[in-house]
Amino acid sequence: MIPPVPETPAIETPADETPMLELRNVSRQFKVSRGLMKGSTNLKAVDDVSLQLRRGEVLGLVGESGCGKTTLSRILLGLMPPSSGEVLVGGEPMSAADRKARARRIQPVFQDPYSSLNPRKTVSQIVSAPLEVHDVGAPGDRARVVAETLDLVGLPRRVADSYPGQMSGGQRQRVAIARALVMRPEVMICDEPTSALDVSVQSQILNLLLDLQKELGLTYLLISHNLAVVEHLANRVAVMYLGRIVEVSETAKLFAGPRHPYAEALLASVLTPDPGMGVPDTQLGLAYPNPIDPPSGCAFHPRCKAATDLCKARRPETIRDAAGLVECHLATPAPLHA
Amino acid sequence: MSETPILKVEDLRVSLPVDGGTLNAVRGVSFDVNRGETLCIVGESGCGKSLTSLAIMGLLPRRAKREAAALAFDGQSLQGMSPRGLRTLRGDRMAMIFQEPMTSLNPAYTVGDQLMEALLTHRKVSRSEARARAIALLEQVGITAAERRLAQYPHQLSGGLRQRVMIAMALMCGPELIIADEPTTALDVTIQAQILHLLLELKREMGLALVLITHDLGVVARIADRVAVMYAGEVVETGTAAEIFSDPQHPYTRGLLSCIPVPGRTRPGEHLGSVPGVVPSLIGSFTECGFRERCPLAREACARPIGLTPLGEGRAVRCVLAETEEAAA
Repeated sequence: MIPPVPETPAIETPADETPMLELRNVSRQFKVSRGLMKGSTNLKAVDDVSLQLRRGEVLGLVGESGCGKTTLSRILLGLMPPSSGEVLVGGEPMSAADRKARARRIQPVFQDPYSSLNPRKTVSQIVSAPLEVHDVGAPGDRARVVAETLDLVGLPRRVADSYPGQMSGGQRQRVAIARALVMRPEVMICDEPTSALDVSVQSQILNLLLDLQKELGLTYLLISHNLAVVEHLANRVAVMYLGRIVEVSETAKLFAGPRHPYAEALLASVLTPDPGMGVPDTQLGLAYPNPIDPPSGCAFHPRCKAATDLCKARRPETIRDAAGLVECHLATPAPLHA
Repeated sequence: MSETPILKVEDLRVSLPVDGGTLNAVRGVSFDVNRGETLCIVGESGCGKSLTSLAIMGLLPRRAKREAAALAFDGQSLQGMSPRGLRTLRGDRMAMIFQEPMTSLNPAYTVGDQLMEALLTHRKVSRSEARARAIALLEQVGITAAERRLAQYPHQLSGGLRQRVMIAMALMCGPELIIADEPTTALDVTIQAQILHLLLELKREMGLALVLITHDLGVVARIADRVAVMYAGEVVETGTAAEIFSDPQHPYTRGLLSCIPVPGRTRPGEHLGSVPGVVPSLIGSFTECGFRERCPLAREACARPIGLTPLGEGRAVRCVLAETEEAAA
């Protein structure tokens, strides 16, 4: 007896599906002072980024401090307009006029549950605030929605009248997640959601984020410097360096074989709990460059062990292929059916 | 081999008066650190690991009470030492790196002044020699344009840079012992690797002893010679890094190890392990096993003080199960 061939489930996103969120050639500059009497200069925090967040996926965004991750997330949240380029939500341009509609669809979860919650408000006031701001539901309904949301994030309903100061770090982060969820958004932008938490609490919050994503079909942008966390949650990973996305790959492929030397160095710095392995030499010798005065050519070349004269002279083209995206002179386009 | 340990801590207790009684934050912690050895103290918020380090350095808040059967640096008791004697030792032969650099950098002085101060206080060196060492160390911790940084004030630096300045400052006098409380937690993984690399190099070349307090199990595995796991103010398990990671004995250690995602080992998208519950309140007298409320293996016998059961050279666990196993053996 030959068993029937099982049907291959459609894992690939259909080509015609509109991305949940899309950045098209988005840049954001800041004017910074060079010092007293020295005038000002432009700092390119985000430099011509095109990126898609697909419906139902978890996209990890990794990179060192100052690479522009947070600026990018603020643009996606509509908290900051791009200097140029376009942001599309469900295929439609995000303009200042539909701020409320956007807030209903995209919600943030921040790193620090100690500073992102108002200490003078009760949990139920904090969680229901978005409903009031957006005038959603009758006041009687709101209490029910808040209670249901507390259930969703695994908080007992009796904490509704507690203040953040009376709660543990893990509980506070659950409150922050409840506040984001109460609007029933489609996208959550999670900026270092577990960095401020203890190890045992971190795992509980990660499990919660995984459950919520499955149950509610949420889309996440997960910004984290913890690559092990990104590997655990994300389907795809975007690697950012000095304002540019230098690689986008499926998570498993990135961890199996990164295409950009910077991604390689980042992965090499992950300290897995393996005694006796010592600390890797990432060979990134030099410090992160000053974004006010970015290096010529490929911005990564001063730290890259494989850099050539070409890398110093010219910025690499962006290669978009079946495997994702890579921006490196030494990378070759992946064959279409890799 | 009866080498004098560079640091000896025996039955250290720290208590703080709080609303409603006394908080017994550190409840009888003992360990030795030898020259050239790295001891990692692992634990989560509220386990007493930071107060343990402050108690050793004599930097506890004034209202805190410290008791110990022994507390000695290179055989010299730290308990009866005059504040002046302690100051001479701190920053010279033993140094501390704090988690939050802004609390330990003086905002009114330049980075250069603060870096050079330690060396000028403790050693007979010229300003230009001190300056040269400051620049060299800033470069070693990965700070570019080190010379220019000397003239800057702490507020002009990013958090990551400040942390690295702190680390350079601790290294200025070439200490024999560094106590570091989450020194790299706030830093990028790339810088973290670079700094841990530097500390390991100093350990190899200069015989630097290191007490590293952290909750990052990846860091612990990679740099610890020995590990002490703390929970609720007590050491609950000790052993070499290899022993702790490959054969954890205490239910808390096992729980902690199950919580972390490990690329290639934990399955993406699946639930991680967890340690449900919260740490017990340590206010007032608390004598039962601190982990009892959260332990999946808790039983009647856990409701009494539990001692450390030795399992071999430098290996011990504080658990009722180990006691019964030992009795059965």
